[in-house]
Amino acid sequence: MSITYLEAIREAQAQALRDDPRVFIYGQDVGPFGGAHKATKNLAKEFPGRVLDSPISEDAIVGLAVGAAIEGMRPIVEMQFADFSTVGFNQIVNQAATLFWRTNVPCPVTVRLPFGGTSGSGPFHSQCMETVYAHYPGLIVMTPATVEDAYSMLLEAVAIDDPVIFCEHKFLYYHLKAEKLPSEALPVGKARIVREGRDMTIVTYSAMLHEALEAANELTPEGWEVEVVDLRSVKPIDTDTVMASVARTGRLLCVGEAWPWGGVTAEIIARVSSEGYGLLDAPPQRLNAKDTPVPYHPNLWAAHRPTARAITAAARKLLRL
Amino acid sequence: MLQTVLEPQTAEKAALFRETYLAAYRFMLLARLLDDKFAALWRSGRIHGGVFLGRGQEALSAATGISLKKGDVFAPLIRDAAGRLAFGETVLDAARTYLGSARGPMGGRDGNVHRGKPKEGYLPMISHLGAMISVVNGILLARRFKNHAGTVGAASIGDGATSTGAFHEALNQAAVEKLPLVLVVANNHYAYSTPISRQFACRDLADKAAGYGVEVDSMDGTDLNACLETVGQAVDRARAGRGPQMVVATLLRLCGHGEHDDAGYIDPELKKSPVGRDCQKVAEDYLIRQKWADPATLATWRTEAVHKIEEAIAQVQREPGPDPFTEEWRAISTQRLNEGHE
Ligand SMILES: Cc1ncc(C[n+]2csc(CCOP(=O)(O)OP(=O)(O)O)c2C)c(N)n1
Ligand SMILES: [Mg+2]
Repeated sequence: MSITYLEAIREAQAQALRDDPRVFIYGQDVGPFGGAHKATKNLAKEFPGRVLDSPISEDAIVGLAVGAAIEGMRPIVEMQFADFSTVGFNQIVNQAATLFWRTNVPCPVTVRLPFGGTSGSGPFHSQCMETVYAHYPGLIVMTPATVEDAYSMLLEAVAIDDPVIFCEHKFLYYHLKAEKLPSEALPVGKARIVREGRDMTIVTYSAMLHEALEAANELTPEGWEVEVVDLRSVKPIDTDTVMASVARTGRLLCVGEAWPWGGVTAEIIARVSSEGYGLLDAPPQRLNAKDTPVPYHPNLWAAHRPTARAITAAARKLLRL
Repeated sequence: MLQTVLEPQTAEKAALFRETYLAAYRFMLLARLLDDKFAALWRSGRIHGGVFLGRGQEALSAATGISLKKGDVFAPLIRDAAGRLAFGETVLDAARTYLGSARGPMGGRDGNVHRGKPKEGYLPMISHLGAMISVVNGILLARRFKNHAGTVGAASIGDGATSTGAFHEALNQAAVEKLPLVLVVANNHYAYSTPISRQFACRDLADKAAGYGVEVDSMDGTDLNACLETVGQAVDRARAGRGPQMVVATLLRLCGHGEHDDAGYIDPELKKSPVGRDCQKVAEDYLIRQKWADPATLATWRTEAVHKIEEAIAQVQREPGPDPFTEEWRAISTQRLNEGHE
């Protein structure tokens, strides 16, 4: 038996609904239809009255979730695509994210964002929003890269008393498979060293982890041993694990699928440069998508975002510096 | 005047109405005097940030607050000092938030009209207009999940904010879920300086309700009588399970948008028209006419309210402000996930 990243997300929601009567799901087409991506397939039937279709009203979807959380529920809301969360942005960053700080009342809302590029999806169904949400105080931003993390981190997202932006990568939905669901998990907030190496550290997250691993493998025959760190959550960032890795390798390449201006890769480099300047043997580097909207055509799309090949090239350059 | 002999039940009702009217009037009075005090403190530089008054809107606001019961939900906005008091807020907490006392419900992290106690159903507004309505919806939906029936949620909104997407989304959402929401629209003819002719093109704001399948009623917002009746009935209908209700009050803002604003843009004709009446004066005339109070009683109530306010302000002025050194600087409740940058 094997389970996909998408099934893990469905299973985590089923588990959360089973475990906790306070959990409910609200979003467009999530009910009997099972969601645009099928992440809530059969849940409406299995949990009658607790998986509700919403109008196309991202602002009101999140606002309602905040109200329900105040009243002691633990809502999971699905944005059909992360891109559309911009229409619910105000409620996420100004309502959900400020509630605890302003009132000491926690806001346990999970906002699921199916995000990231897939071939042919174009400018409005491909965006990476993690940077934008990580910028705001009051939010936790998770970016699971594996089937196991998709499952365990979503369960933790629901259990956490704070608003969580759960960035689930659409490219991984069907591409990733695991043998079974995990029974144990690394807690949120801890990065994982996915591949050990002594020559260079690649820090990345979500779908880019798999591109980075491929790049690392490609460099092995050349004699390079590349360490790959999966951040798992981009807020908080596990700076300690990153720093310890850079201390071993002396070289840092950060890879993210989001746009280059600011963002997670810039944040990592800022932290390592200021707190670990002496650990570096070469200037830290980063690789992001190009600074344009995400293109529709596969030829353009493949060149727009970092790929294993682009990461390999960037890594080679850094290794020679 | 003809003396009518009332049926026992109607007599009881009349007595109850009189009691409600008197209580509402006293909240209006307290709110007006409290607002005046905040304005005075602001002018003498003792309030950080802005001061926003509800002058001219106290009847509607008090009627809203007083129509709600303990356990209901209220999401007031900037002109709701009266409704807040009627819903149970203390003068002390209002003063603490305006003056930035660490002991206030917001502890100095937020101020002025941004105050509330979410766990008591009293929602602290965020600035973004329209955003509180769907939060009320969420509380009401959660109560349905918990089989907790019989409570309602009221949200205030201005004519200007009826143009926001959030207003539309939330009212539609409440209608789809048949939630016991009461949306109280104060058409005070201006949104900051923008007249309603530049705000909407429907004949009347009440027309908007039909588009959502929501019941609506309108009232003269300068008349406490009408406000108590119309808002009260809407609350009753929502409580009885008739779904969301909208009420629209017509009135005029009798002050600037905030105390920084001299409101020179307000049409003098409007001020002279019936919408420009001061609800406070209208209510006082009614009290006297009904012989529910005489001028001496009104004066006593005013003195009592002033004392209450002065006492609260004096107390708050002795309270400490927030301390940046003991402030936790933590925006999330899960301590281990706090990044805690220096
Ligand atoms: C979304 C949003 N845009 C702009 C503002 C700035 N603003 C604050 S109050 C106000 C006018 C509101 O008018 P109205 O809704 O009629 O309420 P009133 O002030 O008349 O009570 C504006 C534009 C805001 N708070 N929120
Ligand atoms: Mg207005």
